[in-house]
Amino acid sequence: MSLQIKPILLALRRHKAGTVLIALQIALTLAIVCNALFIIHQRVVNLSERSGVDEANVFVITNQWAVDRSTRAIDAQVQADLAALRQLSSVRDAASATGYPLQGGGWDNFVTMTPDQVKPTTDSAVYYGDEHLLDALGLRLVAGRNFRPDEVVAVGTQQAISPPVVIVSKALARRLFPDGSALGKSFYAMTPTPTTIVGIVDPLHRQGASQWDKAHAGQSLIWPARPDDARGIYYIVRAKSGQLAAAMSEAPKALYAQSRMRIISPTDGIQDYAQIRHHVFDSDRGMAILMGIISVVLLAITAAGIVGLTSFWVGQRRKQIGVRRALGATRHDILSYFLTENLLIGFAGVVVGALLAIVINLWMVTRFEMDRMSLAYVGVGVIALLLLGQGAVFAPALRASRVSPVEATRSV
Amino acid sequence: MFAYYLELAIRSLKRSPGLTVLMVLAIGFGVAASMTTWSVFRAVSGDPIPWKSSKLFVPQIDSWGPNGRGADGEPPNAMDYNDAMNLMRDHRARLQSAMYQISPSVVPSDASKHPLNIGGHAVFSEFFPMLDVPFLYGSGWSAADDAHRAAVVVISSKLNQKLFGGADSVGRTVNVEGKDYRVVGVLNDWNPQPRYFDVVNSGGFSTGIEDIFLPFTRAIAVDMTNNGNTNCNAVPAESGFVGLQHSNCVWIAYMAELDDAAAVTAYRQYLDGYAREQQQSGRFNWPPNNRLRDVPAWLDSQHVVPSDTRVSLLVAIGLLLACLVNTAGLLLAKFLRRSGEIGVRRALGAPRQAIYAQFLIEAGMVGLAGGVLGLLLTGVGVASVSWVLPRDIAALARLDVPLLLLTLLVAVVSTTLAGLYPTFRASRVQPAWQLKSN
Repeated sequence: MSLQIKPILLALRRHKAGTVLIALQIALTLAIVCNALFIIHQRVVNLSERSGVDEANVFVITNQWAVDRSTRAIDAQVQADLAALRQLSSVRDAASATGYPLQGGGWDNFVTMTPDQVKPTTDSAVYYGDEHLLDALGLRLVAGRNFRPDEVVAVGTQQAISPPVVIVSKALARRLFPDGSALGKSFYAMTPTPTTIVGIVDPLHRQGASQWDKAHAGQSLIWPARPDDARGIYYIVRAKSGQLAAAMSEAPKALYAQSRMRIISPTDGIQDYAQIRHHVFDSDRGMAILMGIISVVLLAITAAGIVGLTSFWVGQRRKQIGVRRALGATRHDILSYFLTENLLIGFAGVVVGALLAIVINLWMVTRFEMDRMSLAYVGVGVIALLLLGQGAVFAPALRASRVSPVEATRSV
Repeated sequence: MFAYYLELAIRSLKRSPGLTVLMVLAIGFGVAASMTTWSVFRAVSGDPIPWKSSKLFVPQIDSWGPNGRGADGEPPNAMDYNDAMNLMRDHRARLQSAMYQISPSVVPSDASKHPLNIGGHAVFSEFFPMLDVPFLYGSGWSAADDAHRAAVVVISSKLNQKLFGGADSVGRTVNVEGKDYRVVGVLNDWNPQPRYFDVVNSGGFSTGIEDIFLPFTRAIAVDMTNNGNTNCNAVPAESGFVGLQHSNCVWIAYMAELDDAAAVTAYRQYLDGYAREQQQSGRFNWPPNNRLRDVPAWLDSQHVVPSDTRVSLLVAIGLLLACLVNTAGLLLAKFLRRSGEIGVRRALGAPRQAIYAQFLIEAGMVGLAGGVLGLLLTGVGVASVSWVLPRDIAALARLDVPLLLLTLLVAVVSTTLAGLYPTFRASRVQPAWQLKSN
């Protein structure tokens, strides 16, 4: 086969334009598909981010108040609501919260190791919850203990608190105390007094999936507080295993039975985690699908283009093939001629394409805050395109190999 | 001659249906992908108030100092209560308004109905003329209403439909958070995208509708809490909504109308003077670091166009480019296969120009067919874009006549361009060669 390379190159010189166009198409396809695959992979990684929540059984009620009331009145209402929710036969546990993992509202605070530190050590999502929150979310406590009821304080609208104890996510504990000694240690989270770690959960996703959240992935803390926000709160409810649907229909009825002066949106006031996940990763899933469609279309068109152009070349060279066959070339020689020809063009294409793929990625890094692409994508893309080229050229090459030596004697 | 070439083109395309279908498919998919992503990009990058956007400015005041700035040295993108009220008091622009997002409950007079939760903004009276807000009934409130903290509201036509059955409700009352407000105006379908007057709280695009506007001064007086983002570089010393007003947390959006360059310069100087004043009084320990951007520059600085939208458009254009290269290759093959025919035509006296016309028309035909397929696929694409994009953005993508025309135009022009080189090669065919080898 190596002997054939020189005549192939000579023959290609007679089809310069066609050769360049195929190579260019392979290069463009490689560059686009590599970057698309990279985007798809990143988005799929996002889709599978762990929240730490028992997602099969947990749902969230967004509860707003219809009338303005004092913190004390709201606290009484919240306690009554929670008691009513916990009494439902389909409900395992319930808690009130200011936010929930993956999506819901909430906020984050800067974390410092000393009270007068200017540049913060890191950033942590802040959850408020009572001693039921861990069980209501289904979080896994990996060290230390849960809150005690006497540690939980009622917190009014935009009221600053500085609780002495805190439960942190393992990611935050590791970030603050890399040696693994977090339990019992203290830090400051925009608080005047230190807060001491009494428990560690793993994992606990932040309340969002934005770029900022990704930079501080999984860093969260829970303070022992029962939020009584006049603007509204979330009820996090965990159904007994397999009773999610029942709990989701009973819970709002139980709440309205407590008081009608509340607003639970009929469209998205009650969401289970499947819905929450669907909503949060909408754009990630969409981008992955879009890039997937574009990649498939592109590969199909490139393959079809190679088939078309090679078929044309085979048609054009029937006489020459006939002459070669008559002079003793075997069918296999003809087949390998076209396969080798395609491989040579493919090589030229993938070299340019690999460079182009890397340049595009580097440009996107500066322009769109994207990560650097691993060279593995380029490697996989190169192999895939070379195989695609060989596959596409196979049928026309096979047809070429069947050209009868008699063709040599026929005039065109 | 055109009709003749058209006939020739159709005949030639029919002769190799496989190749023709392949080219049409490639152009169709390439154009449709580009046009679908373009429809989304066009929607999100459009100017929400084109007749006035260069006169509307968003001031930013550096109330946090060097430690609160991002890596790019930008001051906070919203205002604290103190600065917003000082700017309103000084009233240096022709029209201006501080605003904050609210989400109050409205209790319908019909007791059998559940209370509604609605979204809106607390604004000053100049908000309505400044943004040319269209009214169906009535109008905005007056400056006197601002001063008297009047219990008045402007509601959306949608809320008006819900509460009053769509009738002219000016003068009637709405119960907001348990208190009665007099309706002074009903909006006429006003839902600008992006929500340029309060980008920080809407994130730019919003599926929600601004259902209610009431006087800023009134909302503060009745303790109506803000429902948008609140950013603090320190925890407020006092709690509650009043504590927030006394803190340097930022949560207020601000917009001012400045009609000419002189007014802009004057306002810039005013802002710097204000910051210097704050520096002298000891509130700021740093020199002025203000910003004053018009709406397009402001939207750009807040990255309102999602980068996903740009990336999708670029990748789709890449697809179109690859499809065009593909088509160019196939056209080249197709045209050169007919070298004999070209040789005969040239030998019989056809000038190169005629060959150009004939083959470009053929390329154009492929483009047109690809464009028609592209139209169908773009229709499918725009209709199913909500499947791959977030709701609030997908809802903006529209199929309209300009988009359809653009689809056809892009298909025909790009395919003709792709056909240029193959046609050039075809026109160079040597008649003598072809005749001899036959």
